[in-house]
Amino acid sequence: MPSLTKPLLQASQLAVTFRDGRLELPVLDELSFSVQRGEFLCILGPSGSGKSTLLRVLGGLLPASRGGVHLGGQAVQGPPPGVGLVFQHANLMPWRTVQQNISLPLELAGEDLTAASQMLELVGLQGFEDSLPSQLSGGMAQRVAIARALVQDPQVLLMDEPFGSLDAITRERMEDELLRIWSTQRTTVILVTHDISEAVYLADRVLVLSPRPASIRLDLRVSLPRPRRQAQRYTPQFGALAAQLRAAIESPA
Amino acid sequence: MMKTQSNPLAGRRATWALLLVSMLAGLLLWEGVVRSSQLPAFILPAPGQVWARFLSALGDGSLGRHIWVTLQEVVLGLVSGSLFAAALGYLLARSPRLERMLAPYVVASQSVPIVAIAPLLIIWFGPGLFSKVLICALIVFFPVLINTVVGLQAVPQDLHDLMRSLRASRWQTFRLLELPAAMPVFLGGLRIGATLSVIGAVVGELVGADRGLGFLINLGRGGYDTALVFVAVFTLIALALTLYGLVLLLEARLLWWQRKSQTSEG
Ligand SMILES: Nc1ncnc2c1ncn2[C@@H]1O[C@H](COP(=O)(O)OP(=O)(O)OP(=O)(O)O)[C@@H](O)[C@H]1O
Ligand SMILES: [Mg+2]
Repeated sequence: MPSLTKPLLQASQLAVTFRDGRLELPVLDELSFSVQRGEFLCILGPSGSGKSTLLRVLGGLLPASRGGVHLGGQAVQGPPPGVGLVFQHANLMPWRTVQQNISLPLELAGEDLTAASQMLELVGLQGFEDSLPSQLSGGMAQRVAIARALVQDPQVLLMDEPFGSLDAITRERMEDELLRIWSTQRTTVILVTHDISEAVYLADRVLVLSPRPASIRLDLRVSLPRPRRQAQRYTPQFGALAAQLRAAIESPA
Repeated sequence: MMKTQSNPLAGRRATWALLLVSMLAGLLLWEGVVRSSQLPAFILPAPGQVWARFLSALGDGSLGRHIWVTLQEVVLGLVSGSLFAAALGYLLARSPRLERMLAPYVVASQSVPIVAIAPLLIIWFGPGLFSKVLICALIVFFPVLINTVVGLQAVPQDLHDLMRSLRASRWQTFRLLELPAAMPVFLGGLRIGATLSVIGAVVGELVGADRGLGFLINLGRGGYDTALVFVAVFTLIALALTLYGLVLLLEARLLWWQRKSQTSEG
């Protein structure tokens, strides 16, 4: 059922092949999908399938070997404006305080730094403005990274397993926090994960990638009611969706 | 090859007390050897004689003049050598092709001992300040270059990606990422460079000079004024330690963020 509104982001026949001398490593294989404005998309795939590579291409950090990405109707060539990036680890600058890390994008763009204080509050880090990253817990550091990615009010937030290194309890709390921020900021999120339950819990839609070279195995709509509650994980609908995703991941090529 | 985590000189009181005790013990041992062996003063002067020679050289202003000469050579050599090394290091770190092209020359230049080419440099550039500064700069160059390259190459790729995704300019990336990220390793190189620069100055002065602490050593040796040689050597040690301490202070100023994150025990 084609959507009537134009998609915010469109990937068409995206292929990436790494070359090392004579060796060729195809990582992405003809990926095509589109993302609507305001949508929360999760990309699910086994380790090494090319999820980070896909995000790097979407963020304009890596040119595709074939095919391309359009963001807001514009072909992506190099990092476009309006994209926030959250890495697999917090990736903060250890010589900058929490406040300074969050305001880095504003500083680079020559913008007013006051938005940083609002972001700091949004992720609940009041009182830690002047702390250094080394003085933060893993969850706090990841919240700083999310605040940094959101501070310029991006159209798209690209997140690479942002909670992968956190313990289960912190992880659930961060997922809820992300959903809360997403619902207030109305930004579009593309989040990569290898956790089935996380994908179902967060997403409007889940793409399942095959092992390398990655192609799309399943494009699954998650129509669980929002706002989501952790207790929903134990409902039959949730279980059915998770089972569908698991089957897609485990099905032989 | 060198990391700056703990600050060897920034010490607790106990460290200083230990230092004082070991220096006192050294002096006592020295005095003891002189008394028991009864060596003539032109072979081994007693601590008291060295001290007296120090005061007389200080009093007539000659020591101060020689220190000033050597200090100029050391500092100018350290600064110019480090600047060139940092600039070249930046280019090498940014361009692997350039690195492959220049690496053989850089390494080869290091296998030539500075003592061997110091006479050449003095023949070419005269016995004045310039040839000494050049020797200091050359000896400082390599460790600073290596540490600049290592420091820059150790900047995490993900932080580079972050800067790129934020559309940072070349200059912004340098100022806000590469400079602070490479600073700890760079300063480690500068620390080594500071002590090497003193050695460079002395080598230059020993080979050909009419002033400076190296010249003072030659002067004392020629006149069987061994106490003066001791004065010059100790002054050189003090000079090297002072410079080293200054680099440590610089580290403390610039790398406050490393220290703060470790001092939870106070
Ligand atoms: N710059 C590169 N050069 C060569 N090969 C690369 C490069 N980047 C990634 N690869 C290869 O591409 C494949 C996919 O890597 P990628 O990091 O995208 O996987 P991933 O799905 O994010 O894995 P994980 O879940 O472990 O993070 C891997 O086999 C990796 O070795
Ligand atoms: Mg990855």
